[in-house]
Amino acid sequence: MIELVAYVLLGIGSACALIGAMGIVRFPDVYNRIHANTVVVVGGAMMLMIGSGILGGLSVFTLKALIIALFVFLTNPVSAHAIARAAHKSGVKLWQRSVVDKLKEEKPWSKP
Amino acid sequence: MILLGIMIVVFGAVLICAIRAALGPTAPDRVVAVDAIGALMVASLVLLGVYYKASIYLDVALVYAFLAFLGTLAISKYLEGRGVET
Repeated sequence: MIELVAYVLLGIGSACALIGAMGIVRFPDVYNRIHANTVVVVGGAMMLMIGSGILGGLSVFTLKALIIALFVFLTNPVSAHAIARAAHKSGVKLWQRSVVDKLKEEKPWSKP
Repeated sequence: MILLGIMIVVFGAVLICAIRAALGPTAPDRVVAVDAIGALMVASLVLLGVYYKASIYLDVALVYAFLAFLGTLAISKYLEGRGVET
């Protein structure tokens, strides 16, 4: 029973990883690609870690895998925010059909 | 057997991300793609730890996740003061 749960989590994780990778290739903009990157990391890698931690038998292995999953879950928004802020500050243009740019209205240093 | 198929799917996702890392127009595109590749590498290290039933791969995965996070933060702080480049 618990192996079925683990294989379902592994299937969700690999599907999210593949879909997010296609999104990284096909999205038109840096900021949209950061959205697809979050799908890969949280939906893909974290689900794979939780699933393999359950699959390996309930022991110290599961605890270590859950600690790595929690670490990835906590540090991915920080790095995504840092990349987005660096891209906006260094002047990467938005997509032509983007609707609003609040940071440009808020901060005078932002160029695009 | 199912685990081997999942590893092959994750490797395909890494290859698709490497396309964007190779031809991304600006530098933050490449940083985003390499960050996704690093997260998938950590996940596949954990999968290898399940496959070989060895717990040493998890320590490697923890250190690799920490170093990938620090590298992304350092590159983004480096990119903040520059103009747009390819």
